[in-house]
This record gives sequence, structure tokens and C-alpha cells, in this order.
Amino acid sequence: MEATLKRTPLYTRHVEAGARMVPFAGWEMPVQYEGVIPEHRAVRTDCGAFDVSHMGQLHVDGPSALDFLQGMLSNDVARLADGDAQYTLLTNERGGIVDDLIVYRLGHGRFLLVVNASNRAPAYEWLKDREIPGTDVRDASDEYGLVAVQGPRSLERLGLEETPAFTHRMGELDGVEVMVSRTGYTGELGVELCCAEDDTPALWDAVLARGAVACGLGARDTLRLEVCYPLHGNDITQETDAISAGLGWACNLDKDFTGVEELRRVRDEGPEQRLVPFVMEEKAVPRQGMPVAGGGEVTSGTHSPMLDRGIGMAYVPAERAAPESELTIDVRGKPRQARIVKKPIYRKET
Amino acid sequence: MAAAESYPDELKYHPEHDWARVEGDEAVLGVTWFAQDALGELVHFEAPEVGATVSKDAAYGEVESVKAVSDVISPLSGEVLEVNPRAVDEPEVVNDDPYGDGWLIRIRMSDTSEVDVLLDVAAYKAHIAEQ
Repeated sequence: MEATLKRTPLYTRHVEAGARMVPFAGWEMPVQYEGVIPEHRAVRTDCGAFDVSHMGQLHVDGPSALDFLQGMLSNDVARLADGDAQYTLLTNERGGIVDDLIVYRLGHGRFLLVVNASNRAPAYEWLKDREIPGTDVRDASDEYGLVAVQGPRSLERLGLEETPAFTHRMGELDGVEVMVSRTGYTGELGVELCCAEDDTPALWDAVLARGAVACGLGARDTLRLEVCYPLHGNDITQETDAISAGLGWACNLDKDFTGVEELRRVRDEGPEQRLVPFVMEEKAVPRQGMPVAGGGEVTSGTHSPMLDRGIGMAYVPAERAAPESELTIDVRGKPRQARIVKKPIYRKET
Repeated sequence: MAAAESYPDELKYHPEHDWARVEGDEAVLGVTWFAQDALGELVHFEAPEVGATVSKDAAYGEVESVKAVSDVISPLSGEVLEVNPRAVDEPEVVNDDPYGDGWLIRIRMSDTSEVDVLLDVAAYKAHIAEQ
């Protein structure tokens, strides 16, 4: 018997639109509507919309909330003013990554953490178990819907002014009250719109009426991989550290937080392996778990719609991690050549 | 643009969603509309070499979409005479025209009696109705 899958407030919208629904992190989500490739191209050239209501929202409030988060998160939360947002990591004692998330400062002593759907419970429990006096951690995921609108024409289509990346403010879109965040997972200009759960269908309808193309999780994955955004569970896990993953920029190693000693050690000694982006030089699509000759493993792989070739990320020994190095990937028993590139894999021609 | 669902009457079908167009002792092979729809937009066809031997019910290649890879099962046994270069260079042709320009390989059959055990269109349609 199948476990019961959760549904977002937009489930009916997706089914009525003919989306192909798949299980993802305990949710029944659209993987594609018309097709991964046209949806991907819509986001790169115009505007696409994603239902990301399955993601988790944790409120962390109280007079000691800032101190608490400084001890839990890798990045420097003290740098945030009201209206700012920041990419950060929730780390364990070994320097591993419990989740990667965005923290929003809503006000003095008021923070919102948007966590991966797959890590909603682990992240909540991790924080709740370590709560300190004067801080309250609350899982509010069921109170909100979240729609990402991404692409070079996204702000224009939504009638929004271009505000700096990693900022947020309250606003209204066609009668729906939303928190507008200049964040996303595609490498394009865009926003993530957070609204009350019950308002999500109205928000979705408004966004599509403004010309955004409905996009599924398939395009979300190809888009994020082209710009080398890691996926927790694939490229980063509780067993991988931020330095090896190339996420040292999201860590302030001068402050104290869980696992910082281990991260300082890895930084000082140099990581044994590094997460590198690569492109295939032969016709083949790399996939998660494929071995790399000489040591290492592919953690994410797909076909890049923009480059029309296989791309991916892999952990390889640090001494073989330089850009332009050749990699041989074992594609179901067949050796296939790839080349390490600099981030991002896909960069828009300007 | 993806093709509309169809299953031509003149083809023979294998339950693993492959078709054969029998022409004398040769056959052209491909995947059905059902197979390409289940996979989504194809981005790679890992083809066999010309001259290779294919065996009924065994994989002779792979078709891969953005999200998934699938073996292509041969409905018949024989020797590969030709690989469709368009399916290799532009695999999306399989989505656009699975029974025409999107054919995969042409073989010379080693046992033409194998044709008799393949499904006709009515039997194949009944098979996919159960999926």
C-alpha cells in the first residue's frame, strides 16, 4: 500500500491543467505540464511559475532568536536588517549539512526560515531540540502557500519594481496579500511569493493570467543544475561539509556555530574532495550515483536544455578538481568523457 | 510538438512498448507512442552498432529523457543493418513521429517465425489499457 502523499493547495489546479504528478519528498507534485524543455526555456527567456508550497516555513521568534540562530546557522545572521534575506546552512557537529535554507529577518527578534520539503521535519526537530530560553521555534508550513515566479520578464509581468536580490517586503498581487522575496532557485531574475494557504489558488491564477508558464519540478531541477545550485540530499547531505561543497561563502567561520571547529579544520587542511560542475564531452546523460574513474561520484546529473548536452556535479579528489580537468564517468558500464567547468555551467550570453 | 496518441494497424507490437514493421525478412523497429509519452522528451538514444546481433525480448539500446532512462527491447531477433541517424542526432524526433521519422533501427531477422508471437494492434491496445 502506498503511503498517503500530501497535496499542496494547488493540487487540483495541477491535475486540471494535465500536469504529470509524481511523489516527491512525501508530496504529490507536478513534474511537468507541457514538457521539461519548453518549461525550462520559458524561465530562461520569459517567465515561469512553480508551486513550491511543499517547502517548509519555520518561525523563530523571541528576544534571544538572533543569538540562537547565530549558533545554529553558518552564515552571519547579524548582518541582516529587517527586510533582508540570506542563504545559509543548518549544520551538525561534524560540519555536515542538516539543510540549506533561506533565513528572512521579518523584524527585531522575528525570523522566518524557508527549508526544503524533504527536511521540514528534520530541520524543525533539530532546532526545537536545541531551543534556548527566549526563543520559540514554530513549524508554520501548513499556514502558507509559496509560488516562485522566475525569468527575465518575471518582475515586468508581475508589475513589480526591481528590488535588490535577497530582500523581501509585503505587497499585494491582484488582490492577494503576499510576501515578495527576491529569491529563487533558477539563476534568473525572479521572486518567491508567500501567501496565506487559502489564497494560494487565487495567487496562482493571477500569476498565470499575467503570462507566466506553469512549470514542474523537472524544469526546477534542470534550471538549478545549470547554475550549480546544490540540491540537499544529492549534492549536500548530513555527511558532506560546506567547504568541500564549495559553500564556504555561506559560512562565517569567525563566529561560533554548530560544527564550526570541523569546518575550520577542513578549510585549514584543505578538503579531501570537492564538489565540481562538469559537462559531458560525449553523448550521455550523467545521473546521481554514477562512479567517477579514479574516485568520486556524480551527485546530480541531467540533460541541459540550454547547452543540449549532459551536465552534472560530482565529488572528486581535490587534486583532480581544477576546471578544465577531464573526468571519466561510468555511465551504466560505459566510460564517458566529461570536463570540469567553472560555475555556473550555463551563463546567459550578454 | 509531441505526436497525438496512435497505434498503427499495420505494425506488430511487443508488450515492452516496442513496435516492428515487417518487410520481407527485414524489420524496422521503434518505440510506441505510449513509451515515448511515459518517458517524456527524449534527449539521447544509445544505439547499437551496425552488424550487432539483437535478440527477441533483450535490450538493444537505451532511450533517455531529461528525467529517466529506459532499455529498448527488441521484439525480434536478427542483425542490425542500419541505425536511424536522426534518432541519434535529434532524439526528439521519436516524440514527434514515433512510427515514422522516429524509427530506431532496421534489422535482418534471423527467425521470421518470431513475428507470429508479437501482438497485433488490438492486443497491444488491450495491454496498455491494463497499465
